[in-house]
Amino acid sequence: MSGHATFEPKNPALKWFESRLPLVGLIHSSFIAYPTPRNLNYWWTFGGILSLMLACQILSGVVLVMHYTPHVTLAFDSVEHIMRDVSYGWLLRYIHANGASMFFIAVYIHMFRGLYYGSYKAPREVLWILGCIIYLLMMATAFMGYVLPWGQMSFWGATVITNLFSAFPVVGPTIVEWLWGGFAVDNPTLNRFFSLHYLLPFMIAGVVVLHIWALHVVGQNNPTGVDPKTPKDTVAFTPYATIKDAFGMVCFLIFFAWFLFYIPNYLGHADNYIPANPLVTPAHIVPEWYYLPFYAMLRAVPSKLGGVLTMFSAIIVLFFVPWLDTSKVRSGVYRPLFKQFFWIWVLVCIGLGWLGSKPAEGGYIIAGRILTIWYFAHFLIILPLLGLFEKPKAVPASITEAVLGKKGGAPASVGVSAPQTKG
Amino acid sequence: MNKLMSSLSIFSSSRASLRRGLIGAAVTGAVLAGGMAPALAAEGAPKPHRESWSFAGPFGKFDQAQLQRGFQVFKEVCASCHSAHLLAFRNLAQPGGPHFSEEQAKVVAEGYQVQDGPNDAGDMFDRPARLSDRWPSPFPNEQAARASNGGAYPPDFSTLAKARTYEVGFPGFLIDIFTQYQEQGPDYIHALLNGYVDPPEGFTVPEGAFYNAFFPGHAIKMPQPISADQVTYTDGTPQTVDQYSRDVTAFMMWVAEPHLEARKRLGFQVMIFLIVFAGLLYFTKKKVWKAVHDH
Amino acid sequence: MGVRGKETLVASTGTAETTRRDFLYIATGAMGAVGAAALVWPFISQLQPDASVLALSSTEVDIGQIQEGQIVTVKWRGKPVFVWNRTPKDIEEARATQLSALLDPVARNANLPADAPATDENRAAKDQEKWLVVIGICTHLGCVPIGHMGEYDGWFCPCHGSEYDSAGRVRRGPAPENLAIPPYHFVSDTKISIG
Repeated sequence: MSGHATFEPKNPALKWFESRLPLVGLIHSSFIAYPTPRNLNYWWTFGGILSLMLACQILSGVVLVMHYTPHVTLAFDSVEHIMRDVSYGWLLRYIHANGASMFFIAVYIHMFRGLYYGSYKAPREVLWILGCIIYLLMMATAFMGYVLPWGQMSFWGATVITNLFSAFPVVGPTIVEWLWGGFAVDNPTLNRFFSLHYLLPFMIAGVVVLHIWALHVVGQNNPTGVDPKTPKDTVAFTPYATIKDAFGMVCFLIFFAWFLFYIPNYLGHADNYIPANPLVTPAHIVPEWYYLPFYAMLRAVPSKLGGVLTMFSAIIVLFFVPWLDTSKVRSGVYRPLFKQFFWIWVLVCIGLGWLGSKPAEGGYIIAGRILTIWYFAHFLIILPLLGLFEKPKAVPASITEAVLGKKGGAPASVGVSAPQTKG
Repeated sequence: MNKLMSSLSIFSSSRASLRRGLIGAAVTGAVLAGGMAPALAAEGAPKPHRESWSFAGPFGKFDQAQLQRGFQVFKEVCASCHSAHLLAFRNLAQPGGPHFSEEQAKVVAEGYQVQDGPNDAGDMFDRPARLSDRWPSPFPNEQAARASNGGAYPPDFSTLAKARTYEVGFPGFLIDIFTQYQEQGPDYIHALLNGYVDPPEGFTVPEGAFYNAFFPGHAIKMPQPISADQVTYTDGTPQTVDQYSRDVTAFMMWVAEPHLEARKRLGFQVMIFLIVFAGLLYFTKKKVWKAVHDH
Repeated sequence: MGVRGKETLVASTGTAETTRRDFLYIATGAMGAVGAAALVWPFISQLQPDASVLALSSTEVDIGQIQEGQIVTVKWRGKPVFVWNRTPKDIEEARATQLSALLDPVARNANLPADAPATDENRAAKDQEKWLVVIGICTHLGCVPIGHMGEYDGWFCPCHGSEYDSAGRVRRGPAPENLAIPPYHFVSDTKISIG
C-alpha cells in the first residue's frame, strides 16, 4: 500500500517479527499514518460504517447458524426457536434482519456520495468498480438470506427472482431448474441458498479488502475533488479520521438501535411470519425495500426478457460511469448543472422505489417507464453531454484554500505528507 | 452533529421507509411515498381503529392480568380450532408473559394429553403433558383441520399477531417510525373479532361464510367466535366481546413476541448508552480537531 | 470499533487543558471498552443450553421387564443410562469391598449429599438394593463402557481400559470418578423416573 511506512519498532521482539512479516507496519501505514484529506465531511464516514455493518452481519450470522436448521419443515420453526428459546436469540436475529437494511441504507448513501463528488473518476475507476461488485454481491447475499426463514415472502420471493432467469431464450428454463435443484423452489433450493448465503459474505469481505487497498493506492477523494498537494492538505488517519468515523458510527448505531429495539419488524413483511405455502401466493408480492427501484424497472418493460435485461443493465451501467462522465471537474460542488441533474436522478431512484411497491397497473406502469428511461438517460445521455456543455465554477487551487479561503496560512504541523501516487 | 443527524434523518426517511409496500414518493428528501397494499388490505375494507395497547411504545409492557384473561379466552374458546404449536406450557410461567406460577402451568399442562412413544412394545401412547411440551394442536394435520372447518384452515396462533397488517398509507407509515407504532396486527385482530356485522345491502354472503367488515373480501369462514358472557372472568373484568377480544389479542401478541418486554427494556439501556457515548465522542472529536481548525 | 488509537491523541498537544482533556479521552475510551464488552455478552450467552433444552423432561423407564442380571440402556438427556437388575452375588461382592480399596471414595449420587461415601447402599437404589442406575459415560473421556466385562464384574471401558465394579465404582484405569448416578425416583414398583 502507499503512504510512508514510517513505523520503526524499538522493541527487539517486534523488530524481529517486523523484519519477517511487516504486519504492524502495514497497519500503521494504512490506518494510522495514512494521509487523509482534511476536509472530508460526514458523508465520508459511511465507508467505516459499512465495514462495521459487514462485521456485524458476519458475526451475528455465524451465531445464528448455530441454531438455524436449513430444511423446509424445520427452517421456520428453527428461526422462531431462536426468537423464543435461545438466550438473546431474539436480539441476534433482529440484529441480523435489521442489519441487512442498515447495510443497504449505508451503501446507498455511500454510492450517492461517490456519484455526487465524482469519486469514480480517474484514478479511482478500479476502486469504483470494486465497489459495484460489492454491491452486486450484497444484493445476492441479502436475497438468499431473506429466503432462509422460509416464510411466505421467502418462498415467493425466491420463486419470482429465480424465475427471472427463465426469460433467457433456450437455456432459461434449464438454468431455473438448476437453480432450484428440482421443479419448484423446494428443499434443495433452500439448502444451496443457505450454503451460498454463508459463503458470499466472505467473498464480500475479500472484495472489501481489495476496495480498501485500491483506496489506499489512489488516496481518498474529498468534497473539492482537488488532490492533496501539500502536507497541510491532509491529516493523519489516526486520530483525526478515526475519531470522526467513530462518532459517525455511533450516531448510525443509534439509528440502527431505534429500529432494532423498537420497530424491529417495520422493514420486514408481515407475510413472512406465515410459514411458506407452495400452494398459495400472498395477495401482494413485493421485494425488500432495497430492491424496489429495480423491481419497478423490471415491470416497466412489457417484454419478459426485456424487463430482466433492463433490470440487470441498471446495475451494469454503474460500472461504466467513470467513462460516461466526461467532465474534467471531479466534484459536483463546482458543477452547477450536474448538481441539479444529480438530485433529479436521486428523486428518480426514490420514485422508482415507490413505484416498485405499487401494483403494476395503469398510471404506475407509465410513470415507471418514464422514470426508467430517465434513469438510463442520466448515465447514457446527460452525464456525457454535461461534460461537454457545462461551464463549471472555479475550482480551488488546493484543499487548504477551499477550507481557509485564499489566505492559506503557514504549513500546518499536524499534516503528514501526501501519497506520492496521486494521479 | 446537527448536520450529521439531519442528513441521517433525511436518508432514513427516504431509503429506509420504502418498506413492505406502505409507501410514498419523496419530494426533496422530506416526503416519501406510499405503497403496496399489504396482505390484508381488502378493497373498500375500513382501516382497523388504532387501539391503545399496554405493550405499545418504547416503555410498553404486557398487562399480566390481561394476558392471563387472554389465555383463558384462548384456552376455552380459540384453542378448540386454532393451534399454537410454538407455545410451550413452560412459557406460561415465563417472566414477561402471563407469568403463572410453575405449579399453575403444570396443572394446565396436565389437563392435556400429548402423544409420546414409541414405548418398548413399539406403540405410540398418550400421556399428560409436561411443562416442556408444546401446546397440542386441535387437529392432527392441516387436512383434518380443513375438513372440520368447511375447507378453511384456522391459522396457527404462534406468530399470527405479527403476520397480520393493513395498509397505513402516506404519510402515516413515516410517522410510525417516530411514534414506534408496531401494532397493526393486534389492531386488525381486535377489529376482526368485533367486525361481525350485518352485510350491507346487495352483498351476498357465500354459503358457509360470514360477513366481517374487516376481513379481506368480507366473507370469512370463521363464525363469530365469541359472544358476551361466554367466558367467566373471576376478577370482575367486564365480560363483553370487546373486552374478550382485547384480552385474547394481547395474549396473541405475547405468543408471537414473547420477549417484547426484554427487548424494549434492553433497548432503553442501549439508547442511553449510545447517546452518552456519542456525546463523549463528539467532544473528543472536537478537541482532537481543534489543532487542525486553528490553522 | 470506535475507540482506536486513543493513546496517540494524548501526546499531540500539551496545554493547561491537559487534565480536562485527559479526562475526556479516558472517559470516552472507557465507555467504548464497556460497550464492546457488553456487546460480546449476547454472543457468548447464546452458546448456553437454550430454554427448550433446559426444560427437557424426565424419562420414565418401565423396569418390570428387566430380568435378574440384565442391564438395560435407556436414553436420558441424550446420554445412555444403565439400569441393572443385580443378582445377589453382584450385591454381595459390592458390599464386601472396603472403602479403602476404592479409587474414588465418594458416592457421586445426585440423590444424596455430595460427600456421601461410596458404599453400595449409597450407590444402589434406596430400599431397592438390587437396582443400580448409573449414567453410562466413562468418567475418563466419555466413552460408553461395556457391561459384564472386566475383572470386577461391572463395566469395562474399551477406550482406555477403565474398569468398574458391580456398584459402578471405578476400580482400575485412568477414570478419576465412579460412574455418576442421575437424579431418579420410583414412580411405582416397576417404573422409575429419571431426571
